[in-house]
Amino acid sequence: MSRRRLIADWIWPLVVFVLLALVPALHFSIPKLFDQPVSSPGTLALLASCLVFGGLALTYDVQFGFTGLMSFGHALYVALGVYLSNIAITDWHWSFWPSILFTVGVSLVVANVLGFVSLRVTGIAFAMVTLAFAQAGAVLALKDPHHWTHGEEGLGADYTKLPHVFVGIVNTKNLYWLALAFLAFVFFVVRWAVESSPGRVWQAIRENEQRVEVLGMRPRTYKLQSFVLSSTLAAIGGIVYMLLYNGSTLGVTQPTFTLTLLLMVVIGGAGSRWGAVLGGILYTYLNDRLTAIGSSSAVGGLPHVLRTPLEQPLFLLGVIFILIVVFLPGGLAGLVSRGRPTGLRRLEEAVRPGGSEGGAPEPQETA
Amino acid sequence: MSTFVLLTITGLGLGAMYFLIASGLSLIYGLMGVLNFAHGAFITVGSYGTWWAETHLFDGIDSTLWRFVASAVFGLVMGAIVAALVELVLIRPLYARHIEQVLVTVGLQLAFIALITGIWGPDPKTFDVPPWLHETTDVAGAHIPNDRWIEILVAAVVLVLLQLFLRRTRYGLIIRAGVENRAMVQALGIDVRKAFTLVFVIGGVAAALAGVLSGVYFNDVSPDQGTSLLIFAFIVVVIGGLGSIGGSAVAAIVVALVQQYTNYYGSAGMGDMVVVLLLGIVLLARPRGFAGAVVGGRA
Repeated sequence: MSRRRLIADWIWPLVVFVLLALVPALHFSIPKLFDQPVSSPGTLALLASCLVFGGLALTYDVQFGFTGLMSFGHALYVALGVYLSNIAITDWHWSFWPSILFTVGVSLVVANVLGFVSLRVTGIAFAMVTLAFAQAGAVLALKDPHHWTHGEEGLGADYTKLPHVFVGIVNTKNLYWLALAFLAFVFFVVRWAVESSPGRVWQAIRENEQRVEVLGMRPRTYKLQSFVLSSTLAAIGGIVYMLLYNGSTLGVTQPTFTLTLLLMVVIGGAGSRWGAVLGGILYTYLNDRLTAIGSSSAVGGLPHVLRTPLEQPLFLLGVIFILIVVFLPGGLAGLVSRGRPTGLRRLEEAVRPGGSEGGAPEPQETA
Repeated sequence: MSTFVLLTITGLGLGAMYFLIASGLSLIYGLMGVLNFAHGAFITVGSYGTWWAETHLFDGIDSTLWRFVASAVFGLVMGAIVAALVELVLIRPLYARHIEQVLVTVGLQLAFIALITGIWGPDPKTFDVPPWLHETTDVAGAHIPNDRWIEILVAAVVLVLLQLFLRRTRYGLIIRAGVENRAMVQALGIDVRKAFTLVFVIGGVAAALAGVLSGVYFNDVSPDQGTSLLIFAFIVVVIGGLGSIGGSAVAAIVVALVQQYTNYYGSAGMGDMVVVLLLGIVLLARPRGFAGAVVGGRA
C-alpha cells in the first residue's frame, strides 16, 4: 500500500473520528446551527442520530454504490437489529450480550437466505423482490402474531436489562460515543472490504457484470458477499439505533426508510465512503432542522402557497435529491474527486499481469 | 360457501386495482426499462383529484352519480397531465440512464406524498360516492357490496381496451415491438420517444383510475394509500413477467385471491406473507415470471 493511500484511507479518518469524539466536551453554543449548547443532551442526541444514519447510509452504499445492487429492502435488516435485540431483551428477558450476539447471528442467516433468493434476479427485479421481502417484515412487525413487537404502539426497551452507561438523559454523551464508534467501525470495515480482492470484484460487477463473468468469476457469489456484509452491518446499526431511541417503532420497517437511505447515499455520492457518510449526516441534520425552521415564525408569516411546502422537510429533501440526480451525478463527493481508476480496469490489470494493453474497449460507465 | 363467494368477489375487486396499477408499470418497464416509483403519485393524483373536484369544483351538481362521474373524469385527466409532465420534464432528459430515472421517480414519489400531506393533512378524506355502491347484491347467499362489480368491470374494460390498442393500432404495434427490441425499432426510423410519453400517459390514467377505485373500495383516501397498493403491484408485475399485460392480469387475480383467502382462513396479515412467499417460489422456479418466456430476458 502506498503511503499516500495509507494516510488518506486510515490516518485521516482516524483523526476525524478522534476530533468528533471530543465534541461532548464543547460547552459553548453555536447559534443558528443548534438550539442548545453543543454538549447539551438535546444537541448530542441529534448529533448521535446523524452519526448513526451516516453509518447506516454507508452500509447501504456497500451494495448500492460499490456493487451496483439497488435494493429497496435494506430497512428489513435495520429493523431486524432494532426489533430482534429489543424483543430478546424485553420480551424474552435475556441479558444484554446474548441478545446482541443472537441478533447479529440471525441477521447473518436471514441475509444469506433472502440474498440467495433475491439474487436469482438482477436489476430492477432485484429491487422489487427485496422490497417485497422488506414489506413482509413490515407486515409481521405491524400485525405482531406473537405479541412481541406490540404493533403500532412500538416496543419500549426494558432499561433494567440495558448497560447502565446507555440509560438516562445524563448518559446521552455515552450514546453519542456509541454512535460514533458504530460509524467508525463501519467506515473501517467497509474500507477494508472494498479494497480486498472480493471488494474489487464487487466494483467491477457494478461497472460491467458480463465482463466479470467472462473473466471466469461468478458474479452471484460476490454479490451475495456484498449483500450479506451490507445487511449484517445494517443490523448492527439497528441495535445502536434501538439503544439510541430507547426502543423500537414501526418507522424503521417502512419502505420509506430504505428510500431515505437511498436518498442519503445519492445526495452524498454513491460509491464513495465519505460521500455516503456525509449524505447520511447532512440529511438527518436537515430533516431535523428543516422541521424546526418550518414551524418557526419566519415561515409562519409567509403566504400559504409557500408555507406548506416549507413545512414538509421530506418535500424539500426530495426536491434537492431530484436536482442532484439530474444536475450533479456523483453527488456531493463527485464535486471533489474525479477521474480515479475504475474498479473494472484495476481488476483486469490484476487478472492479466501484462496490463490492459489488449485494446479492449473502455467499459461504459453505467453506475 | 357464501363466505367463499364474498372473499372471491372481494379478491377480484382488489385484483382489479392491482391490475390497473401493474399494467402501466409493466408497460413502462417493458418499453423504457424504468421502474416507475412515481406511479404511487399517479394513484394519489387520481384519488385526491377526484376528492378535490367533488368537494370544490363540482359541488354544485346535485346528483351524486353525476358529481362522482364528473369528478372521477377530472381525476383521470389530472393523472394523464401529471404523467405526461413527469415523462417530458424528468424522465426524458435522463434518457438511457436507467438508474437515475428510477432515482428521480423515487424522489418524486417521496416529495409528492409529503406535499399532499402538507396541503391536506395526513388524515383520510371521506369519498362521496353514489349510495348504490354501498348497497349489496345477493349472489349464492353472499351479500356482495356493489362497488366490487364496478371495480371488476372497469379493470376488465381496461384490459380489453389495452389489448385492442396494443394489437390493432399502429402505436400499439410500435409499443409491442419496442418492448421486444427497442434498438431495432429505432433502427427502422421510428421515433420511440412519442411512444414513451404515450405509455406514461396510459400508465398514469390507469393508475389514477386505480386511485379513484381505491377511494370507492376503502371508502376514503389518504396520502400513503398509493404506496401500499404500489408494493403489491410491484409483486404482481414481477410474478406476471415484466412487460406482459396478460401476465399482469393473471398475476393480479392470483395475488389478490391468495391474499384474501389466507387473510380470512389463516390469520390477519398472513395473506401478505404468503404473497411474498409466492413471489420467492416463482423467482426460484421461473426467474422471469409467468409470461417471462414470451417477453424475453430484460428482467
